[in-house]
Amino acid sequence: MTYLPVVLWTDALVFVLLAAGAVLAWAIRRQEHLRAPWRSVAQRPMAMGAALVLGVFVVIGLLDSLHYRERLPDSAPGNPQYSVEVLSVFDALLGALRTQKEKTYSAPLAMQLYAKEFIERDGERVRDYPRLQYGGAHLAHPDERLPDIARRVLRGVVEGLAAGLIAFGLVAAWDARRRRVALAAWLAGWRHGTLGWPARTVVVVLALLAVLGATLVQLAAGYHVLGTDKVGQDVLYISLKSIRTGLVIGTLTTLVTLPLAIGLGIAAGYFRGWVDDVIQYVYTVLNSIPGVLLIAAAVLIVQVYIESNPELFDTAAARADIRLLALCLIMGVTSWTGLARLLRGETLKLRTLDYVEAARAFGVSHARILGRHIFPNVFHLVLIAIVLDFSGLVLAEAVLSYVGVGVDPSMYSWGNMINGARLELAREPIVWWQLVAAFVFMFTLVLAANLFADGVRDAFDPRQQGRR
Amino acid sequence: MHAYILRRLLYAIPILIGVNLLTFTLFFVVNTPDDMARLQLGAKHVTPEAIERWKTEHGYDRPLLLNRDAAGMAQLTDTIFFRHSAAMFAFEFGKGDDGRDIGTEIRTRMGPSLAIALPVFVIGLLVNISFALLMVFFRASYLDVGGVVLCVVLMSISGLFYIIAGQYFIAKLWNLLPISGFADGIAAWKFIVLPVLVGVVSGIGSGARWYRTIFLEEIGKDYVRTARAKGLPEARVLFHHVLKNGMIPILTGAVVVLPLLFMGSLITESFFGIPGLGSYTIDAIQAQDFAVVRAMVFLGAFLYIVGLILTDISYSWVDPRVRLQ
Amino acid sequence: MMKPLLQVEGLVTEIGGARVVDDVSFHIAVGETYALLGESGSGKSMTALSLMRLLPEGGRLAAGSIVLGGTDVRALPERAMRDVRGGGMAMIFQEPMLALNPVVTVGRQIVEVLARHRGLAGRPARDAARALLDAVGVPDAERRLDSYPFELSGGLRQRAMIAMALAGEPKLLIADEPTTALDVTIQAQVLDVLRRLKAARQMGMLLITHDLGVVAGNADRVGVMYAGELVEEGVRDAFFASPQHPYSRMLFEALPRSGDGGRLTTIPGQVPPLDAVFTGCRFAPRCPYAQDRCRTESPGWQTLGGQRVRCHFAGSLPVAAARGAGAARAVKAAAPLLAVDDLKVHFPIRRGLIQRTVGHVRAVDGVSFAIAAGRTLALVGESGCGKTTVGKALLHLIEPSAGAVTLAGETITSANLGSLRRQAQMVFQDPFGSLNPRMRVADILLEGMDALGVGVPGERRAAVARLLAQVGLPDDAGSRYPHAFSGGQRQRIAIARALAVSPRLVICDEPTSALDVSVQAQILNLLRDLQDALGLAYLFITHNLAVVEYLAHEVAVMYLGRIVEHGSASDVLRAPRHPYTQALVSAVPRIEPGTGVGVIRLAGDQPSPLNPPTGCHFHPRCAHASAVCRETYPDKTELGDGHWARCHWVAAQTN
Repeated sequence: MTYLPVVLWTDALVFVLLAAGAVLAWAIRRQEHLRAPWRSVAQRPMAMGAALVLGVFVVIGLLDSLHYRERLPDSAPGNPQYSVEVLSVFDALLGALRTQKEKTYSAPLAMQLYAKEFIERDGERVRDYPRLQYGGAHLAHPDERLPDIARRVLRGVVEGLAAGLIAFGLVAAWDARRRRVALAAWLAGWRHGTLGWPARTVVVVLALLAVLGATLVQLAAGYHVLGTDKVGQDVLYISLKSIRTGLVIGTLTTLVTLPLAIGLGIAAGYFRGWVDDVIQYVYTVLNSIPGVLLIAAAVLIVQVYIESNPELFDTAAARADIRLLALCLIMGVTSWTGLARLLRGETLKLRTLDYVEAARAFGVSHARILGRHIFPNVFHLVLIAIVLDFSGLVLAEAVLSYVGVGVDPSMYSWGNMINGARLELAREPIVWWQLVAAFVFMFTLVLAANLFADGVRDAFDPRQQGRR
Repeated sequence: MHAYILRRLLYAIPILIGVNLLTFTLFFVVNTPDDMARLQLGAKHVTPEAIERWKTEHGYDRPLLLNRDAAGMAQLTDTIFFRHSAAMFAFEFGKGDDGRDIGTEIRTRMGPSLAIALPVFVIGLLVNISFALLMVFFRASYLDVGGVVLCVVLMSISGLFYIIAGQYFIAKLWNLLPISGFADGIAAWKFIVLPVLVGVVSGIGSGARWYRTIFLEEIGKDYVRTARAKGLPEARVLFHHVLKNGMIPILTGAVVVLPLLFMGSLITESFFGIPGLGSYTIDAIQAQDFAVVRAMVFLGAFLYIVGLILTDISYSWVDPRVRLQ
Repeated sequence: MMKPLLQVEGLVTEIGGARVVDDVSFHIAVGETYALLGESGSGKSMTALSLMRLLPEGGRLAAGSIVLGGTDVRALPERAMRDVRGGGMAMIFQEPMLALNPVVTVGRQIVEVLARHRGLAGRPARDAARALLDAVGVPDAERRLDSYPFELSGGLRQRAMIAMALAGEPKLLIADEPTTALDVTIQAQVLDVLRRLKAARQMGMLLITHDLGVVAGNADRVGVMYAGELVEEGVRDAFFASPQHPYSRMLFEALPRSGDGGRLTTIPGQVPPLDAVFTGCRFAPRCPYAQDRCRTESPGWQTLGGQRVRCHFAGSLPVAAARGAGAARAVKAAAPLLAVDDLKVHFPIRRGLIQRTVGHVRAVDGVSFAIAAGRTLALVGESGCGKTTVGKALLHLIEPSAGAVTLAGETITSANLGSLRRQAQMVFQDPFGSLNPRMRVADILLEGMDALGVGVPGERRAAVARLLAQVGLPDDAGSRYPHAFSGGQRQRIAIARALAVSPRLVICDEPTSALDVSVQAQILNLLRDLQDALGLAYLFITHNLAVVEYLAHEVAVMYLGRIVEHGSASDVLRAPRHPYTQALVSAVPRIEPGTGVGVIRLAGDQPSPLNPPTGCHFHPRCAHASAVCRETYPDKTELGDGHWARCHWVAAQTN
């Protein structure tokens, strides 16, 4: 075997989450009252467009969660030795992007380093900006750079449009077949927006994504599209690798939150009395401690634990991963209170409803009442909370990393990118691309998540209808 | 009313004890003073002697809960718990790793923190409410839709971006205000304007959107229809009837954070070099100064509970239906 | 003919795609009350909101004209329209708690109108507001000006609402179900006020209601609405003497009336949704007289004497058969199935620092009664009297504080609750709140059987089908969710759920009060059929005396947590002895004109059970109260045939 599959803790949980999502989707398909709101989400152009963008992020995140270690080429066949570097399928797909490192900073699409060095030119030692090792290395002369970029962009756009057209064709063929209409009729429906789902938005967003992707691929083959960082690492690569971190924090934290919030919130509202008192006490205590400080304290403790037990982690990736997991756990433990409070209030209302009284009149057990009457009727709130919290958590990661209690400094994350870059802000001329890249990536993910969350909330919460 | 407030104050005691026990567990049980010492000393200097010396210097050379070597009450008092955790109930926080008295630091740093946080809070509230009312007044028009989209975009931008962009454009590029720093007295204003501006702008997205939802919920209620049926102009309906009801959740939601303004904002103060409690906290976290972190946790919890009590009281002020019992 | 104050011609209102008001024309003269009668969904409230131009978002006036005192209201710019609202015409809404701004004092809400329409401010405005409150009969008006709406009782709130509407001195008053949310004794007070002020101020009034009784006592002319259209219009007396439209007739026949032994006439089906496309007469699908022409051709107006009717066959319809007296319900004196002895439910009030119990709300305070198998006991009283708490305490949904409940000879304790639950079940008031929206109907019906282990598990599905048939629901109902059903159908499901465990006693908590008259009749018939077929005993909790007369064998009247009068239904309702029962019975609006019984007006509201009056609870409102009433609670006075009352006055008469 040339590869040793590595399953990090967060990888395992991400796939557990994926499986849970699949089971949930299957369950939702069978429940009319859950399927109907999702169908209404699918009819909102804004939500569907956002969902496609989110989908791209999710696919990248999932590919980046399939980890392995390469076998060292010189290890004996009987006793294979594996590299300490943990790679992912996504790394393999990116290929050279990871390995093509420059010496230090270089601007986006540049062919020269950002710092002057003594270089040999025509036999003379001059102090100038040296050529990059990889970025624009195929160009003979700096004047060729702009035409080359233009050519690549053009090719990317054309390829992207072609891919978009193919995607359009596939969508058209699939949907026309599904509804048993002629392709021409489908196209007419598409043009007039009468298909009952936002096909126009979907096609346009697909095409845009394809164009963007193809252009990036074209450019990345010859340049560092977003420049390089202090140690010469490609910023596009870092930004893409940070996606997984953002997604893991946004989703796994919620996974930790849910059982606490649902269990305690519903129990407090349903049983009231001393159960309610105890749960309220716990959440007032947790709530009263400033969140950042609690997270900071816990992360420091984890840090101490990791440093005093180095033998438990065979790679740097495993160590960083455990800290990421710990961060998710801690953020989950500190952030369940909001949802729990909401669910408690809702349960207090539900328990006085006649259908709950009717069940009690039959002597139905508490567990069954909670499972059949209470939980299904607060489930939409849980769902809304999941999607609404996601973007907040992604943003929080950046702040925590800045404070120094976020993810491991060796981990790729937008927070670490910002943290590293802001120290260079004072530099003249300014190194802006790292910051901008991190903010743009983060903004795209969060905006897509927010727009999608809006769609979900509108569809599931009838009170919110039409007021966004 | 008095009995109610007294009861709430008494309820604060178990909460604070809970907070105290939790921090004690986190900082001394899960994470022993030996661990702290090792972390502080750095891997290179860890020797048993160095650890002991560090513990003695910081007063951590005692048993956690029960000192069997001491006599009488000292068995309980001459312990880490009593000296470092229980003492906080008397607001005695001890000294930080830099040797300075934490209580004094807190008192001197509250001022600058408030100088930033209070204007952000007040101006932010006014701006958000005005923006929300504007959207509601023009509800279901393009202005409203555009406003909502703007809000979503604004709230999708990281708070760090607002700070960095503000510093870069306003301070560095256009040289309108200093990038960071602070001054005493009236001269502080020019250091305050930029952080306040950034703080207000970064809060508009979520704030205005939330308030808009509150106002829209009120607008759907029957009494609004009654007010219109009286022949009142839409502006009066909105600014008198709807605003009055909508302000109940808004004000009480705001009151809970009011005491916490003393704590300042971690990120803003750190970026702008404001010598407030926020930057104090962040420095302590980065320097792993547990004594300061512990003190800030307790202070934060205390202020939060004050906020909760103020919220209850403010409810009974703004909402005639609420009688405290 | 009086000069018309309001003239509505061909009014069409659309909301979204639905025509909620379709080609409605009517007029109201100065000093006249015009009643718009209809079931929910008929478009009567939308007609009122159209007049005020206060339609909900998405609604618009599509056609027609509204002329008020010579001005076309529909053509007015919004600015001028505001002068009309509150000034030209004012509106009273159904639910005064919601319609008043909760955080503004009553006085300021009235002054606001005075400032807007009469330019009053300061002291004169306050005086005028106080005068208005005086005029609508709010006691202690000066103090009430500074009260918030939540500090007033329901009746006072509605009076304040009326004062506010009158403040702009409108020429037309629109009252949208002004008394529907109120108890019957309070309703009588409020209707009185409206009648008096309308006469004194020579206003026109548009009275919107679903209650024929309210129409009978208050309207000069009546318009009946159905599915967005006006289908019949006429002078009150003529209309009540001979309603011409089949729908109007059936509304009358569906109403339970005293001395009614037989079945109620029901209108099959329900009011159609207004976004449907109608061809022909809108009532045709539910009309027993409908013929082919009705289904294809929309009927025009026909004039019959003083009435206008929209029916092809108006005037030629068969005369409705007089309702058969029906077999008198067999009276079997059997051993009681349920015996309740001295049931008490007290809720502690906690106060102070350590939440000490400082007193009790005596929601139910020593209630005793018995019901035999196959019999119905109606527990009657106004809201807040504790009747629902009795029902819930019987099933231990609320833990009783004291008292013994014996069911089929077995005393119920918390240990043998299982046998209680198999034998006694409940049907709730709100058909929308009583069914879990997330469960299929079959699962709802199975829940009780599963929990109590009724029947063999394999046969329960078959039992569900049998139950659905029994309550008159289609076979496929089991696989659907509650939202697919109308209010009446949901109530059938709720009844089926209770019957699923084959109980011998069913507690019906206001099972028809959320339903329209025509649907109510269906449910009442069903309950009666089930009782005859299964020998069920009912504890029927209600405030609606007409329903009691139809269904109950015995009646117990509750006031402030205690039963004040008890006896057979005919005794209690025809010859009530307790002054409270007398007032209650007299306050029910009657549709028979001139029954000669004057309404006994009760002063004030029901006191709070937190702090009941000393002696007889009723004495502060009682016209016959004497010194002894203020001091001691009266004992039972037996009046023969199991009829008794707790009243010193009655006791003095019988001795």
